[in-house]
Amino acid sequence: MNTVKQKDLILYSGLIILGLAAPFLFSAFKVQLTYLCVLIVLAMTWNLQGGEMGYNSFGNILFYGLGMYLTASVQVGMFFPLAEWTESGGEKTFVHTTAQYFQGIGVGLLVAAIVPTIVAGAIGYAILGLRGHYFAICTLGLGIAAGEIAGGIEIIGAGQGFTTPPFPSEIVDPEARGQFFYFLSFLVLVLAFVFVKYIYGSRFRLILNAIRDNEDKAEAMGIQTMKYKIVGWMCSAFFCGLAGGIMGGLIGYIDSTDVAFDGREMGVFMVLMAILGGKGTLWGPIIGATLFHFFKEGLWTFILGWQYVALGVLIVVIVVYFPEGLMGWLREKYPDRFGEVIDEKDRKAQVEIK
Amino acid sequence: MDLLIFQAPILMVQASLDGILLGILFALIAYGMALQWGVMNIINIAQGDLVILGGYIAYTMYLVGIHPAWGVIVSPIIMYFVGWALYKLVINKVVDRDLFISILATFGIAIVFQQLMNFVFGADVVVAQSEYGTTMLFDNSVTLPNSKIFAAFISVIYAIGLVIYMRRSRLGRAIRATAQNARAAKILGVDTEKVYAATFGINAALCGIAGALISITLTLHPYVGLPYTVRSFMIVIVAGLGNLPAVALSGMGLGLFEEFADYILGTEFRIGAVFMLLVFILVYRRFKLSKKREYLK
Amino acid sequence: MNKLVKLFTIFISAITLTIASISSSFAKVEGEYIVLGSAISLTGKYSSNGVHTQNGYNMAVERINKMGGVNVGGKSYKFEIIYYDDESNPKRAAQLAERLIKQDGVHYMLGPYSSGLTKAIAPVTEKYKIPMVEANGASRSLFTKGYKYLFAVLSPANQYLEVAIDLAVEKNGGKPVRIAQAFEQDAFSQDVRLGILDAAKRTGSEIIIDDKLPKELNDMAATLAKVKATKPDVLVVSGHTKGALTAIRQISEMKVDVPMLAMTHCDAAKLSKQHGKNSEYALCASQWHKNLSYKDKFFGGGKKYDRDFKKEFGYAPPYQSAESSAALLVFKDAFERANSFDRDKVRDALKTTDMQTFYGNIKFGPGGQNVAKPMILFQVRCKGDTCENKVVAPTKWASDKFYHPIPKWSERS
Repeated sequence: MNTVKQKDLILYSGLIILGLAAPFLFSAFKVQLTYLCVLIVLAMTWNLQGGEMGYNSFGNILFYGLGMYLTASVQVGMFFPLAEWTESGGEKTFVHTTAQYFQGIGVGLLVAAIVPTIVAGAIGYAILGLRGHYFAICTLGLGIAAGEIAGGIEIIGAGQGFTTPPFPSEIVDPEARGQFFYFLSFLVLVLAFVFVKYIYGSRFRLILNAIRDNEDKAEAMGIQTMKYKIVGWMCSAFFCGLAGGIMGGLIGYIDSTDVAFDGREMGVFMVLMAILGGKGTLWGPIIGATLFHFFKEGLWTFILGWQYVALGVLIVVIVVYFPEGLMGWLREKYPDRFGEVIDEKDRKAQVEIK
Repeated sequence: MDLLIFQAPILMVQASLDGILLGILFALIAYGMALQWGVMNIINIAQGDLVILGGYIAYTMYLVGIHPAWGVIVSPIIMYFVGWALYKLVINKVVDRDLFISILATFGIAIVFQQLMNFVFGADVVVAQSEYGTTMLFDNSVTLPNSKIFAAFISVIYAIGLVIYMRRSRLGRAIRATAQNARAAKILGVDTEKVYAATFGINAALCGIAGALISITLTLHPYVGLPYTVRSFMIVIVAGLGNLPAVALSGMGLGLFEEFADYILGTEFRIGAVFMLLVFILVYRRFKLSKKREYLK
Repeated sequence: MNKLVKLFTIFISAITLTIASISSSFAKVEGEYIVLGSAISLTGKYSSNGVHTQNGYNMAVERINKMGGVNVGGKSYKFEIIYYDDESNPKRAAQLAERLIKQDGVHYMLGPYSSGLTKAIAPVTEKYKIPMVEANGASRSLFTKGYKYLFAVLSPANQYLEVAIDLAVEKNGGKPVRIAQAFEQDAFSQDVRLGILDAAKRTGSEIIIDDKLPKELNDMAATLAKVKATKPDVLVVSGHTKGALTAIRQISEMKVDVPMLAMTHCDAAKLSKQHGKNSEYALCASQWHKNLSYKDKFFGGGKKYDRDFKKEFGYAPPYQSAESSAALLVFKDAFERANSFDRDKVRDALKTTDMQTFYGNIKFGPGGQNVAKPMILFQVRCKGDTCENKVVAPTKWASDKFYHPIPKWSERS
């Protein structure tokens, strides 16, 4: 997998060109496309632990929310007193100049990537010692607690919410903001893809798989599982933080439980998208996220009010009937395309035994 | 940070009593969760939403003019069938699967329930009036709503009733046998499918009782289910499966913790504190077990 | 595998293209219709108030269309609204605003319900220079950000209960009072809190309890126990309908005696219906009350609006509906004065709005807030078992005297 084949090359360059051209082709859909990029990043990095490592986390939203608050705080805090910006009521008006805005968001995103990674490393030892559903529930608790606690902290706006700096008004073109955030998210998407792709070709992935398949045995083989688990989680945290930072800037208003630590929606969506596409595959989460986003944007607004019922039913149907996801289903159907060799006789023999 | 509680000892009494009464109610919900977790190996995220649905049943009775306290009899009966239907529709397909699947599937159910309740009853907060009045203690400085006492009392009655039922009845024995070893029970002629359905039904019924009690003590709203789920999960992992006295004790402990967290940290951190406690308990148990080179199973 | 991926990519791009080609067919003014857009909470925690808002909008649209529509350039146009469900979620609301503007080609917006969602939408409408008349975002911070295309028909949130503190001080013989307050952690309630803080500073009053309630609030026993222990002169609670209902339930059960209880959202919570006599004497802030003497030619007066609304939707209109209806009257007025569909002309016309509606006088201040209309306070009063909201302040409209102090629970039957 390390050498990029010619066929792959065509595919990737095609996708990149499509990605670069998309905001101009579908100008009206820029925001949706930005969401799509972010969703794919979230699903892809969730897949690193959920799919490859077997640690089903509901808590990646923690890093996403953290990244969001950090980017906004840094962007404001670099130039203005943060406390006055977020002070409820906000009598004073601060305006970022163009240079300040971009410097701020640049540094902010950097911080938003690094701090969640460190946090993941710091809490990893304690949390990743839990296994299976205990890990899932614990991370669920972590995500919700973070939202509740953030909602009580004054300096980041508490219940008032945090209005992120508006896009500099010196740039008159109303399309500029959308393009900026789209390309930012697309860049992160490409980075994430290259990174995940690299991991898929490395020994690291095999170790993660070993942990998923049987952690005790992996340990017995001499793998320091804890170390790898923490590193795996830190990788996700890095990209979740970035994704959160971008979303914060795009939405323009951060609410503790509904936007930042949005475990009910984003937190579950990322899991769902990865499962829908197929856990433990490179393309699964990407396809899952794309399908999910199209389903959501296309259908959502036409079933005014019923969309959550539809979502709930969708979740049940997916996890009950397609736990292997789309890729898993395809794999079952066309195993030869996935490079699996099937002995026809053997398969027939199995059928007969049944 | 409010330190008023240390200045006014009477507040301690108030907080403790509130906490304990509330905790008994939590314990009832947790007992249902322990039951189905132990028997079927399912973690039901929709537990809280079943509670709220039970509450709405009592509220509906209140609306048509029946005293909502009768909800503690009507609601479990209806909820038993809701649980049974839910089992037949969805849960039976996830029983033998990975626990994570059951978490996600029940999460989906929870969303559907929330939305349907929103359609039927609206997103407004509603309350059912019991008109039970209030008990005053210590020269009116400590007040206990009689509805809370009633709720705790009913919870205890039902819990004891259930324990006796589990010990004595045929179905109860079948349930316990299945919990111990489903395969062996099956070999010995227990219809495990039926046992599972009944267990999930009983769990839902317990939620129904708790919901009816919540409708007269607290408030109902379609979206407040999740904290109840988390509370019962927490109680269960502290108390272990199928140990009623421990469940009751840790339920009261949680109630106390919440009330005191409310006073000391401030109300805004109350729910956050509950979720953080969950994390701490899990991490604490994980470190304790890891000394023995084991992990939570 | 790669073939599949490629096929898939083609499939996706095909869908995208189709959607792109469908969407641009909408426009701001279509035939005889002026198309307005709005994201409304039809699901989620704000859905009941979202529906009040939507009903208010619909009622006004129907009424205006029936009574001749909007006259622009000698031609009569009708209103039409495109609704999306924002799920009570700011993230979704911002996304939908973008969608309404970019994909549905909406050029004029109506506001969503709640301050938080309005805060999320305002940057979007501002970016595309879309005039938005909103009726349910009262947070003061909306009006200090220098937004040029945002107009609110309601008074800012910090004014909600300021008057109540003044009233308390007045009843206390002009001496400062001791205030206990509990506010939900959301943009609106926190702004109401700011108003109280200002009023406290102004009157030299002391705030002895300052609690914040979580969003999933259903138990505020701890706050009330503190209130019992410290015996303040005024208790202020704000937390949308949830806060109002929880407070009354637990105050009555815990027999908390306070001389004055001030709240918000009493009428949306149907407080007097759900809690009956237990809610008596609660003082509530409101943007509107049916007994006010304002008039316009579309809805007549408040009482007529109340009757018509009841006939249409089967329940008495809370002020959320009234202010939403007023938003459309403002739009109509602005379109006619601008006599054009040019967005900037409409904006300028909105800016110079000065009119009376059944809901109150409307005139926008520099930040876009309505400066022509005072807040009113009403008090829940009961006769036998039927309880009603009686206006007690300001004195101009007061139908009843403000009852103070609230009798002790031991003295109440």
